[in-house]
Amino acid sequence: MSTIRTEPVTINLGPQHPSTHGVFRLRVTFDGEEIIDVEPVFGYLHRGTEKLAESRNYVQIVTLTDRMDYVASMSNNLAYVRTVEKLADIDVPERAQYIRVISVELQRIASHLMATGFLLNDLGALATPLVYCFRERERILDLFEMLCGARITLSYMRPGGVFQDAPADFWNSLNVLISDFPNYLDELESLITTNEIVLARTIGVGLLSDTQAVDSGVSGPVLRAASVKWDLRKANPYEIYDRVNFDIPIGNSGDTYDRYYVRLQEMRESIKIISQCIEQIEPGPVRTETPFFIRPPVGETYSSVEGPKGELGFYMVSDGGISPYRCKVRAPSFINLTPLKDMLTGWKMGDLIIILGSIDIVLGEVDR
Amino acid sequence: MTKIISGDEISKSINNALNDAVLYSDETAAWVSLEKIHEVCEILKNPDGLDYSFLTAISAVDYIEYFEIVYHLSSLRNNQSCVIKVKCNGRENPSIDSVTDIWQSADLQEREIWDLMGIEFKNHPNLKRILLWEGFDGHPLRKDFIG
Amino acid sequence: MTPTPAFFISFYTLRDLFDNLIQSLGFGASFGWMAGLLAGISISFLIINVMVMSTAFYTWFERRMIGRFQVRRGPNRNGPFGILQPFADVLKLIMKEDTIPDAADKPVFTLAPIALLAPTLMIMIVIPFGTYASDQAFLSNLNIGILFIVGVTSVNSIAIFMAGWGSRNKYAILGSMRGAAMLISYEIPMALGITSVLLLSGSLAMTQIVQSQSIWFILVMPMGFFVFMAASTAEMSRTPFDQIEAESELGSGYNTEYSGIKFAVLFLAEFMAPIVTAAVVTTLFLGGSQGFDFLPGGIWFAIKMFVLIFLLLWVRSTWPRLRIDQIMGFAWKILFGLGLFNIFLVAVEFMVAVELGHTKDDGSLTTEYMLIMAAVNWMVTIIAFVILANFVGKKKYHRPEPTASPLANMGIGGD
Repeated sequence: MSTIRTEPVTINLGPQHPSTHGVFRLRVTFDGEEIIDVEPVFGYLHRGTEKLAESRNYVQIVTLTDRMDYVASMSNNLAYVRTVEKLADIDVPERAQYIRVISVELQRIASHLMATGFLLNDLGALATPLVYCFRERERILDLFEMLCGARITLSYMRPGGVFQDAPADFWNSLNVLISDFPNYLDELESLITTNEIVLARTIGVGLLSDTQAVDSGVSGPVLRAASVKWDLRKANPYEIYDRVNFDIPIGNSGDTYDRYYVRLQEMRESIKIISQCIEQIEPGPVRTETPFFIRPPVGETYSSVEGPKGELGFYMVSDGGISPYRCKVRAPSFINLTPLKDMLTGWKMGDLIIILGSIDIVLGEVDR
Repeated sequence: MTKIISGDEISKSINNALNDAVLYSDETAAWVSLEKIHEVCEILKNPDGLDYSFLTAISAVDYIEYFEIVYHLSSLRNNQSCVIKVKCNGRENPSIDSVTDIWQSADLQEREIWDLMGIEFKNHPNLKRILLWEGFDGHPLRKDFIG
Repeated sequence: MTPTPAFFISFYTLRDLFDNLIQSLGFGASFGWMAGLLAGISISFLIINVMVMSTAFYTWFERRMIGRFQVRRGPNRNGPFGILQPFADVLKLIMKEDTIPDAADKPVFTLAPIALLAPTLMIMIVIPFGTYASDQAFLSNLNIGILFIVGVTSVNSIAIFMAGWGSRNKYAILGSMRGAAMLISYEIPMALGITSVLLLSGSLAMTQIVQSQSIWFILVMPMGFFVFMAASTAEMSRTPFDQIEAESELGSGYNTEYSGIKFAVLFLAEFMAPIVTAAVVTTLFLGGSQGFDFLPGGIWFAIKMFVLIFLLLWVRSTWPRLRIDQIMGFAWKILFGLGLFNIFLVAVEFMVAVELGHTKDDGSLTTEYMLIMAAVNWMVTIIAFVILANFVGKKKYHRPEPTASPLANMGIGGD
């Protein structure tokens, strides 16, 4: 039908859009409903974390890391303090390591719940699964409140341990939570996993092959959904991850459904890790004495943890002063956006939203 | 545990394939000459050889006299990691070859370095500012930036 | 036409009332048209107010129920149980600035809300709320009632396209393009669902359709009910077919640029649609005002409507949205086929009934034969759905166990 002349339409999705998960902008060129070109535009939330870090001392930077991936502050804290400990050669007491792992795994669950809920919201489920996810996330945030008094921007960890030991109530509440949680996940799965519409919308959509996943540097659930079995907790065990048993769930083909399902299974694994930690943890100190101004020796180090979004790494250079000479963040959300264009091209408007949702970006981390 | 390949070891492997590419090396990293970084990266990526298929991070550090570009590489298949560094002299228009055609992962990271550190990546397909807006004056992560 | 004193006031009672009034004032018989006009105006006044009020309470009900579905409370601040919430909302919307974008096509932009609301209200004219007696439709017992409904609902797609086009907004136009494509497609299965009803009732008049349901048509032809319900859910653009708004994709779709009172009218039309649809479905498939004698027919009608509304609400609050091509595919590949098949089935059964002499004097089927039909059709429907589910569903979604890619190996490692 060459008689009908059509021309592509360029639409600015965002920065104010309900489904871009923050102030993210996509300049999308549509041919009818089909996407022919995508250009992500970001930086609306750029606060210069890396520059700010250069003028703060090593403990103060913990609060900056909270504000990067603001739905997973614990993981950011851990990645950062581990780098400082490596740089300044600080030992961490065993109990602190257990508490760190417990809180990080709780944070992973909270973050994955948020990702799953918003994915379903993007699918158009009128917020019902989202609210169910938030109900459970709320309990995790309550636990964090017991730990450190904060719910979102936690700043719980310090170089050399954690800010304070968990109170006695915490352990009871934690036990209740982990005994409830598998049932809750079953409930959530019954709402989503076998839902015909969810399957129709997500299976085969937004494919990311394993070669491209590795090539484009994505990490975390997005990488594992592309059937690449790579998890730093197993590949390069840090803290006490070598003392607990857990599986690394992987996906089949790297489609949107796999990314959802990998997250769901990871939550179950996190519960396993937490319950093993509760069994193994023993009383003891939770923080090594460190000077108020930590002055690491001249040198540099890179260290990374498996955050909920992927490999969260810090590359720090010390000049022997009280603040880092350079503090570079390897932000998983940021790098996970690399294959976005290839994943989106050829799909439709509705798919764009769920593919973006399944990558699970947090703009605080993308823009830093 | 991920095996951390020392700079000396990786420089030996690189020198086997490409002479004079590595300027010097120590325990932590291998310093590669600015001109040969693209070739070195091709050797490192080669799936039959060293197989560093995963570019974890590219960082840039401003040491006043020179810029240092740091490549953190991982091999997922061998569970190894290594660090390659390049020194980039000159404060006016420092430039280096882009590795985007080797690792797609470099795409956004190189744009970020161009944006914040002002190092130009030659042959990058879309080298524009990424976090800051076009027309921003200066590159904020440089030590001499006055904001 | 004889006036029938009953639960609801009908057009004819009112007309006679005004007629008497006019004649007692000394005007001649040539002023009969005036009585009709006055009766029409009062009925319209009544309809608009009743519908607007019921929509207001319906929005409250929907928000409360969805709140319950989502383990939260829903609006509960204004008035007892938050029942005055819709009034607060409308008050807010009226007080907001009524903006019109500079680039908008102003007449089209302004007319669109009215064009959307009017047809929805007009459908209510032919719905028979009353008891068994024949002519208790609100305004008129049109003898082409159902045809009127089909005709009037098609105006919706124009109205939505007007809203999108008039806004001169890319999201709005995308939403309304989807709307035009979708609404037109779904009118076909909807008409097919109605056609099967007409085969059995033998009349286009809504009252006649109610009277012919000695067995409710939902029992006689469940497939027709399913087709009609699915199609009308799409017609009013609710999840899983809410492509027109698709708030997570298009911001708000066709009504992105609307604010103030215009948005209130769009909102009203949108939330009136489930009530109207429930009324139509009740009439066509649930035996209208039929029920047991201890309650008046109007109450039965309301109860059935309520059940249907709840069903629609349940679907809305739990299911995600389909993609536009899947929605179109569903209309043309599945609903269209099922609708045709249903007509074929009912037609064959009707011919068999005629051949075997199971008809009453007026040509309609006997109750016994309808029961047999119900049994056969339910079986056929269940079999058809099972076959469809297996064809479309499980086979396609069988997923093998994942195998790890050779690109990564966490086992090997140094120290």
